[in-house]
Amino acid sequence: VCIHRARSCSSVGFIKSKYVCLFDKAALKFSHQQRFFRTSAVSCGQVVQFKLSDIGEGITEVTVKEWYIKEGDSVSQFDSICEVQSDKASVTITSRYDGIIRKLHYNLDDIAFVGKPLVDIEIDPSKGVASEEDVVETPPMSHEEHTHQEIKGHKTLATPAVRRLAMENNIKLSEVVGTGKDNRILKEDILNYLAKQTGAILPPSPKAEIAPPLPKSPPAAPKDKARKIPVPVSRPLVFSGKDKTEPVTGFQKAMVKTMSAALKIPHFGYCDEIDLTQLIQLREELKPVAEIRGIKLSFMPFFIKAASLGLLQYPVLNASLDESCRNVTYKASHNIGVAMDTEQGLIVPNVKNVQVCSVFEIAAELNRLQSLGSAGQLGTNDLTGGTFTLSNVGTIGGTYAKPVILPPEVAIGALGKIQVLPRFNAKGEVFKAQIMNVSWSADHRIIDGATMARFSNLWKSYLENPASMLLDLK
Amino acid sequence: MVLQSSLKNCLQLSCILRIPKAGFRSISSGGLIIQSISNDVYENLAVEDWIHDHMNLENQRILFMWRNSPAVVIGRHQNPWQECNLRLLRQKTIKLARRRSGGGTVYHDLGNINLTFFTSRKKYERMENLKLVVKALKALRPQLDIHVTDRYDILLHRQYKISGTAAKLGRTTAYHHCTLLCNADKVVLSSVLKSPYKGLKSNATPSVPASVKNLFEEDPSLTCEMLLDAIAEEYATQHQIDHRVTLINPADEFLLPGINNRVKELQNWEWVYGKTPKFSVSTCFNMVYKDSILDVKVDMDIKHGRIEVCNLGLPEQWLPPGLCNKLVKSLTGSKFCPNETTTLAKTLLRMCPEDEELHSRWNLLCENMMMLM
Repeated sequence: VCIHRARSCSSVGFIKSKYVCLFDKAALKFSHQQRFFRTSAVSCGQVVQFKLSDIGEGITEVTVKEWYIKEGDSVSQFDSICEVQSDKASVTITSRYDGIIRKLHYNLDDIAFVGKPLVDIEIDPSKGVASEEDVVETPPMSHEEHTHQEIKGHKTLATPAVRRLAMENNIKLSEVVGTGKDNRILKEDILNYLAKQTGAILPPSPKAEIAPPLPKSPPAAPKDKARKIPVPVSRPLVFSGKDKTEPVTGFQKAMVKTMSAALKIPHFGYCDEIDLTQLIQLREELKPVAEIRGIKLSFMPFFIKAASLGLLQYPVLNASLDESCRNVTYKASHNIGVAMDTEQGLIVPNVKNVQVCSVFEIAAELNRLQSLGSAGQLGTNDLTGGTFTLSNVGTIGGTYAKPVILPPEVAIGALGKIQVLPRFNAKGEVFKAQIMNVSWSADHRIIDGATMARFSNLWKSYLENPASMLLDLK
Repeated sequence: MVLQSSLKNCLQLSCILRIPKAGFRSISSGGLIIQSISNDVYENLAVEDWIHDHMNLENQRILFMWRNSPAVVIGRHQNPWQECNLRLLRQKTIKLARRRSGGGTVYHDLGNINLTFFTSRKKYERMENLKLVVKALKALRPQLDIHVTDRYDILLHRQYKISGTAAKLGRTTAYHHCTLLCNADKVVLSSVLKSPYKGLKSNATPSVPASVKNLFEEDPSLTCEMLLDAIAEEYATQHQIDHRVTLINPADEFLLPGINNRVKELQNWEWVYGKTPKFSVSTCFNMVYKDSILDVKVDMDIKHGRIEVCNLGLPEQWLPPGLCNKLVKSLTGSKFCPNETTTLAKTLLRMCPEDEELHSRWNLLCENMMMLM
C-alpha cells in the first residue's frame, strides 16, 4: 500500500501529508519521528538512478577511483559519493538527494560513463522527490532567502536533522563552524552558533562590520533571530562524541609485546636525588668547546658515562638472565640505551661500547641518534644490542617514576626534571641546589637492593662531584 | 612588461576586503590575484583546499601563485612507492605531499612556480588558462619557442616539458593548477622521481616521465619573480580585474578559518601514504651472509598503506621457523614503513635468546626488508 501511494503522488505536498497519515495509524504506540521508519524492513521511498553528470571539456568517460559510501549508507544532499578521474582531473561527485544508497553501478577502477547511472539512491520519503534537472543549484525546499540548503559554492556536511534545526532557526549552514569529521556540522555546533548570536543581539556598534574578518552575519539577521531563537541555556546539550576503536599496530604493537614480556620480571625500585649544581657548571664551561667541534652537549653524555663507570664496579647490572633463569651472562659491552620520544612513539636506540668512549664521543653519538630518530631513520643496529637503559623523562617533566625494564636487560633508570630546591650544606646553611631525582628499577631475581643502592651511590657521587670521574675514566 | 614591486599589495587581505566566512562576496571586480608568503607545500595545498571549499566563485575567479621549498607532490590516486625514491626523500628531508587533484608526480623547489586558476565549475577551462600563461611568457620574451600540447603540457622547443597540469572539480567550484619550471634543480628532480622499488603491481595512476628543461637555461636573465609578474599582469588584463597582487599568509586562522586543520590533514600519514590504492609487492632479493648468498622471496598486499597480507620465503632453517612466523604476523596490519618494521623487528629480537649469530642474521634480513619500503 505504501509503495503504491508513493508512486501515485508526484508533488511534494501530497506525499508528505498522505505519508504522515499512513504511519500515524500504523504506529500509534511509537512516539518516534516518522523519519525513523525509513530503516524498517518495508522501504517505501522511491529509488532514483543518480546519473553521472557532465564533467565538462567534452569528457564522456571517467575512471572511478574511490567510493566514499557503500550500499546501505545514508547520504544527505551534497555529501561526497565518489572520486572519479579523467585525464589529470580529479572530480568529486556529490549526491543530489537525501536518501539511502541502494546500488553502486561501478567497482573501483571501472570506467564510468557520463549520462549513465552511477548509483541508485532511495529517496528519503519525507523530503519528497528532487527535481530531475541536471546540476541542481536551488533545491526544491527553499522557501526563504536564508534557506539552509541554498549554499552556493559551499560544501557543507550535515545530517538532515541538523539541517532542519538550522532551517528552523534561520541559520545559514555556511556560517556555522563544523567540528565533526570532515568539518561536518553537528547539532551542538548549531547550538553554539545560536548561543553566540544571542550576544550579537546587543546594540551593534557602527564599526561591527568593518572589524577584522571574524565571521559575522549581516546586521539584518539578528532581528529575525531575536524573534525565533529559543533560549539555548535551557536546552540540554547533547554530547555526541563516539567511541573509536582501531587496531593496535606499529609502535604501539611493539610496546605491547615488549611490556608484556617485561611483566615476567620481578621489578624493585630504588630512588634518590642528585645535586647537579657542580655538573651544571661544568657543562656550561664545556658547551662552547663542544659547539666549536660541532656537537650539542646535553647532560645525557655525563649520565651515560657515569653509569658506565658504575657498571664497571657492578657488572651484574649490565647482565642478562636466560629464559630458564639458570645462567647469567655478564655483558662485556656497555651498550646504553636512551629512551626517545618521537612522533610515532617510544624508541630506544643505544650508544655502543660506552666503556671505551669519551664523554664527547658519547655526545656526538647521541646527536647522531637523535637526528636519525626524528627523521625516522634509525637502523636495526642502533636499535638492538642494548644492555642497560636510561630514560630522561625529566625533559618533559616529573620527579620520580617507576620505569619498566626492557628485556633482556635487567636494570633501567628514569631521570626526573632538574629543580631548584633549598638544601643544607655541610655548615648547616641553606643554599640553592639543583636537584634531579633518579628512579631505578632492577630485576630482583639476580639483583638485590644493596647492589642497586651502591651502584646508585657511586653514580651519584660521580655526578655530584664530576672531578672524581677523572680518577676512574678509562 | 614587468610589474613594479610597489604594486604588490603587502597588506593583509583583510584590510582590503571584508571577508565574511561564506565567501569573498564583496569583490566587485570579479577577480583576485593572490600570492602565498609561505614556501611550505602543505600550507599552500591547504589554501587551495580552503578556497575550493569555502568560496563562492559564481561571478569571480582567482589566480593563486605559490612556490615551495623542496617537495615531491603526487597526484590524488597515485602510489608514492611507484613514483619516487622514498629513501632518497627521507635522506634529503624532501617533503612528500599528496594533492587532491589528479594527474602525475612533480618535484617542486623554489625554482618552480605553481599557478592555480580558480573558477566556478561551469567556467572550468584548462586550455584557456595555459594559453594565457604562454601569452604572458611570450610578452616577456617574444623569442621563446613554447606551446601548449593537447595533454595540457607546455613544451619548450616542442621537446622539453616546462609545465604540467592537474585539476580538481567539485560540485560548484573547480581549479586547474600547473607548474612552471624556471630554475629548478634538475639533478635532484630526476633522482627523486625515479623509483627504486621493484615488483610493484598497482592500479594507481602512473606518471608519464618527460624530459624537462628550465626557462632559465633558455634565457638566464629570467627569474621566478619576473615570470610571476608577467603572468599576473596578463591575467589581470585578460579578465579585466585589479592587477594588484595580494599577499596571503596560509597560517592565518582568522582569514582562513579551519586552515590549520587542513594543513594537519595533508601532513597526516593516513593521507599521504594511507590513501594509496591497493597494491602488491612481489619481489626477491639476495642477501650476502658470510660466504653464502641467500635468496629471499617477499610477497605482500598493501591496502591503505598497511600490509594486509605478508609472505616471506626464506631458506629453510636459516632462522628459527617460529621467529619467521612471528615476524610475518607482526608485519600484518602494520604500516608499510621502514620505521615500523624496524621497531617490530627489534621488539621480536628482544624475546629471543642472546645468540650473536641469530642477531646478525635477523638484522641483515630486516635491513633488507626496510629497503623495500
